[in-house]
Amino acid sequence: MDTMRDRFAPVVSRLLDEDPRVAVVLAEIGRDGFREAERRHPDRVINVGIREQLLIGTAAGLALTGLRPVVHTFASFLVERPFEQVKLDLGHQDTGAVLVSAAASFDWPAGGFTHMAPGDVALLDTLDGWTVHVPGHPDEAETLLHHAIAAGDDKVYVRLSVQSNRQGRVIDGQHFVTAREGRSGVVVAVGPVLDAVLAATEGMDVTVLYATTVRPFDAAGLRRATETAGTDVVLVEPYLAGTSTAAVSEALSDVPHRVLGLGVGRRELRRYGTIEEHVAAHGLDAASLRERIGRFVGAGLLPAGR
Amino acid sequence: MTLTADQSRTYGYDDLPRLMGLMTGDEKHGPAATSTLDVLWVLYDRVLRVAPERRDDPARDRFLLSKGHGPMAYYAVLAAKGFVPVDWLPGFGAYDSPLGHHPDRVLVPGAEIGSGSLGHGLPIAVGTALGLRAQDRPDPAVWVLVGDAELDEGSNHEAIAFAGPAGLDRLHAVVIDNSSASHALPGGIAARFRAAGWSAVTVDGRDHEALYAAFTAPHPGRPHVVVARVEPKNA
Repeated sequence: MDTMRDRFAPVVSRLLDEDPRVAVVLAEIGRDGFREAERRHPDRVINVGIREQLLIGTAAGLALTGLRPVVHTFASFLVERPFEQVKLDLGHQDTGAVLVSAAASFDWPAGGFTHMAPGDVALLDTLDGWTVHVPGHPDEAETLLHHAIAAGDDKVYVRLSVQSNRQGRVIDGQHFVTAREGRSGVVVAVGPVLDAVLAATEGMDVTVLYATTVRPFDAAGLRRATETAGTDVVLVEPYLAGTSTAAVSEALSDVPHRVLGLGVGRRELRRYGTIEEHVAAHGLDAASLRERIGRFVGAGLLPAGR
Repeated sequence: MTLTADQSRTYGYDDLPRLMGLMTGDEKHGPAATSTLDVLWVLYDRVLRVAPERRDDPARDRFLLSKGHGPMAYYAVLAAKGFVPVDWLPGFGAYDSPLGHHPDRVLVPGAEIGSGSLGHGLPIAVGTALGLRAQDRPDPAVWVLVGDAELDEGSNHEAIAFAGPAGLDRLHAVVIDNSSASHALPGGIAARFRAAGWSAVTVDGRDHEALYAAFTAPHPGRPHVVVARVEPKNA
């Protein structure tokens, strides 16, 4: 199967042809996919070299002249390294851009920690006004890229990953989708963790919500799910564990609730290897998830636990 | 928004000390009190094609104040040119004043960027020049003002090294050099820009005719920097 990133350059290249507002800004990484687009639109496909502060500053300048910049590199160099540019050149300047990252939390485990960005979404959470899309399949990535670029001058982050579910779902760029219904807990599966969550909760009486847009957080969708499934909520996120715990607490602030935030651990593993090995090391494989979700939801069912 | 409380009168260079005094309560502001005053005046009075009623005109020139601290001279010039009402000046720094100790583009009419954190203006100016070029607007000039010590920030060097080879000939930088960098750029400021393919001129930052000549010097195919030398900050 192709990857989300394989879809990125073709989708955005088509939008460059169709929409004169669209511009692409790169810092070497990802340039190959845009060679043809660069020939057709030399002024709107801009490679600034390996200069990530300039990458974001350039996007802000383009936006100030009325363009819609689409900015791409690995998540660690897109959000973490130039974070103050993201905060000021886009946020404080009141401009917008679409930041599209690759490499995610551990897409290239053999590349080591320098190319891992499990904290990207949590960092963006310190800022106001960001939309965050986390597709779980290449088809969803296409849909969400279209939503992101069409979103006026909004600040939008699209987190592409090699990790993917086997099939894409119908998503609308805003709401959670109900993947399974139950009565004893809600599991929110974000993006590419859905297959593992569905396998983990097989036979369990829980509702599974599938989230591909996590900011703004679909609080109404979560509340609706809790009406039949109760207010024990498990988050399974493909980035830093607990990133959306506060969003769940806010959504359920007026009712008693419990939240378990699962995701990538903070501790640096200092391991290479494969994606599967890192999924397992962070307890995000189906067997580990089943054990952790089962224990949490089961504890909620015990009279002593209430 | 009311742009100016007294559009009937015109302000000149000699009014700037008094306008600055409205912000600081100090009546005796000579030009030496602020390193940027003469550069800002010559730009706004004779070079930039900007006007309060053209604030949203896509064909206007862009002036980006990157060195955002000590913005009294900037606000005074904006007031003198009718962008900012003179009666805003005494509120400088107050909670409900649009005029902070660093400018905010959302609050200050005519301010193209907000600044304060150093090293952001030049990269944004590069993007602005690229954006105008991509929209077939070869006419507007993009100007960015930075300080000599601000060039310590690495982000500037990302922008300098890119803009030259990219041939951004509508990009202009003016460096106010008051020798405030603790570790001056080896070889000098102009040489740093020249090495990256810029056109570069160094002039007396208090000499209006020299500044005007430097600002309007042709620089085909290359971005242009004017290094405006003023009294050393710690002399």
